[in-house]
Amino acid sequence: MGKTVTIDAKGMHYTPLNKKIRQAVADGAGEIIIDNVLGQRFIGNGLRGDATIVVNGVPGGDLCMFMSGPTCIVHGNADHAPGNTMNAGKVIIHGSAGDAVAHSMRGGTVFVRGNIGYRGGIHMKQYDDKRPILVVGGNAQSFLGEYMAGGLLIVLGMDGSEYFGRGVGSGIHGGEIVIRGDVDGSRLGVGAKKLPLTEDDRQRIAPVIREFAGAFDLDPAELLNAEFTRIVPASARPFAGKYTWE
Amino acid sequence: MSLGSTPLRYRISIDRERCMECERCIENCSYGVFRREGEKIMIDSRKCTACHRCLAMCPRDAIMLEEYPCDYRSHPVWTRQAREAIYNQAKTGKIILSGMGNALDYPIIFDRLVLDACQVTNPSIDPLREPMEVRTYLGKKPSRIEVKKKENGDVELVTELVPNLQAETPIMIGHMSYGAISLNAQLSMARAVAETGTFMGTGEGGLHERLYPYQNHMIVQIASGRFGVDIDYLERGSAIEIKIGQGAKPGIGGHLPGEKVCLDVSCTRMIPLGSDAISPAPHHDIYSIEDLAQLVRSLKEATEWKKPVFVKIAAVHNAAAIAAGIARSGADAIVLDGFKGGTGAAPRVFRDHVGIPIEAAVASVDAKLRGQGIRNEVSIIASGGIRESADVAKAIALGADAVYIGTAALVAMGCRVCGSCYRNLCPWGIATQQQNLVDRLDPDVASKQVANLINAWTLELAELMGAAGINSIESLRGNRDRLRGYMLDESLMSVLDVKQVGA
Repeated sequence: MGKTVTIDAKGMHYTPLNKKIRQAVADGAGEIIIDNVLGQRFIGNGLRGDATIVVNGVPGGDLCMFMSGPTCIVHGNADHAPGNTMNAGKVIIHGSAGDAVAHSMRGGTVFVRGNIGYRGGIHMKQYDDKRPILVVGGNAQSFLGEYMAGGLLIVLGMDGSEYFGRGVGSGIHGGEIVIRGDVDGSRLGVGAKKLPLTEDDRQRIAPVIREFAGAFDLDPAELLNAEFTRIVPASARPFAGKYTWE
Repeated sequence: MSLGSTPLRYRISIDRERCMECERCIENCSYGVFRREGEKIMIDSRKCTACHRCLAMCPRDAIMLEEYPCDYRSHPVWTRQAREAIYNQAKTGKIILSGMGNALDYPIIFDRLVLDACQVTNPSIDPLREPMEVRTYLGKKPSRIEVKKKENGDVELVTELVPNLQAETPIMIGHMSYGAISLNAQLSMARAVAETGTFMGTGEGGLHERLYPYQNHMIVQIASGRFGVDIDYLERGSAIEIKIGQGAKPGIGGHLPGEKVCLDVSCTRMIPLGSDAISPAPHHDIYSIEDLAQLVRSLKEATEWKKPVFVKIAAVHNAAAIAAGIARSGADAIVLDGFKGGTGAAPRVFRDHVGIPIEAAVASVDAKLRGQGIRNEVSIIASGGIRESADVAKAIALGADAVYIGTAALVAMGCRVCGSCYRNLCPWGIATQQQNLVDRLDPDVASKQVANLINAWTLELAELMGAAGINSIESLRGNRDRLRGYMLDESLMSVLDVKQVGA
């Protein structure tokens, strides 16, 4: 672990802020603490390496987009699309986040302690050993996991609310969505089907839940034993039957 | 089936006098039209797509193809196409997919515009003798520049310029993805653009490692499926293009069928083998013009503001207003794709009925941006239905900075526009991933053909400019005085901002 660098982002535009972050990574910083973040977008965009970035405040949209390796811990809420098209690394958000969280994520992990907005995990994909994971501690709005092509999306419902969104997994053709409690069939989008969570599934997701609990200092026991619904693609070719040829 | 079969679209016949039964037709036809039965080569014309591979490879010119050998009762409303689409949908109940570009008989505006030439009152320029500047810079231009005079008399530029693409000709090759077309096809075009000093698009299929040597001539695309997009990919491209829409299918996404997702395509797109590669209709992080600005800036931030970012839209009714929004998003160029643009597959109803011609889109976008005083903020790239150098000259005179060609580059490699790209059986090795077919396309030869086409059109463009007394592409750009409308109606001429012939 290299040295710690602290940056005061008060009143700073995102471009100079990102330049400072890149410079710190280039100089071998192991931890970069950014204070007074208030709406700066694109923090950690396209960043490589294995540094840890601690964001104190509320970052703006596209946090860690295209990021490939580092860890980003946000003490606050996050805006639109944290983890967008992210390749590798971790984003840990101690508050809630906006729409399109983990949009098209290709690898790595996004943990959100609170709630997320619409279209969470939309079009997440996977290839080979790259399998993105999005875990939401609270609840998620509609169109969750639409067009999902791979990866794992878990909604833990720790606020005690039932899942209330609709259009879950429209066009899903890969990956899986695991939501606490029963999800009424009417909430599923076209191309999605629900299955009970088997004991094997439970064993499979247990390490992810433990890691999530560890990240936020929670007791995982209750989460590990909760009832879940598993939502998967009805087919890997959702549109194969829609077309004929000229 | 109560409908029975529809009449043959094509009839293949063999002149048995000329045929020497060498079986090259059997070897070459990937659709299975020809087979040997005993002493005779038999023909199944129903399988023919008019790809001409057999004709091109027959050493004796013994094969003949006839289109629509069987007539329907002629009727001006109930055309063959209308009736056959109904038979198809009555059988299947499905959306009809089709290949290549718009197949309806719309008038082509380019063909109703004529170019100007000098006579007596001003001299034409001989491109053989005089320098003819066709080099094109794509990207933002400052509205004014500030210079400082040094003590030794030199001037120094004080204004900071943003990165531009330097193309040696305004002719570039548009985005056709690896997956839709073969690696040999991409490789051939990549070598051609490197040789001619211009650029080509990757399409939304990622960048295969065999194209890395040509990456300084590649524009990488980020579309709604985000296939193959990571920071390495973005950094490799000479520019990044956000694809919002495509002229052949405005408003909808696309999907590469699982059959075409082979091992190598799966690796380049970074999706599982044999899975459908689905690009949704919208980018799900772009639901507004503000979100577009966010993606443009996000891409710039990720690549440290070293790459121009283009935004491609389909030419639609309000293209001018949309383009004005894009110009303010921080984008460096707007690509307008007209409704004649090609595709590997699009719903027929979209291909034929949605969108507007590129000529009108370019003219109205150019006029709108000039009217708002922001034309210098973005370059305009015209695509969709550019068939010859005259179209290039006319598109530039209507306000484009450069053009993308697509189908024309494929035709230079052998494509016969048979429109069966989606079958994965392209006998020319272009729109297929079957290795035995892909191997038919030799990149050493095909790259030369594509480079020849770009060079030939560039020469013709220089000749056209010289004849008009113009020695720099900048002087042709938006120069509508060098165009006249022939048999165009007054309202369209007012959109194009051209006068009619004789005026």
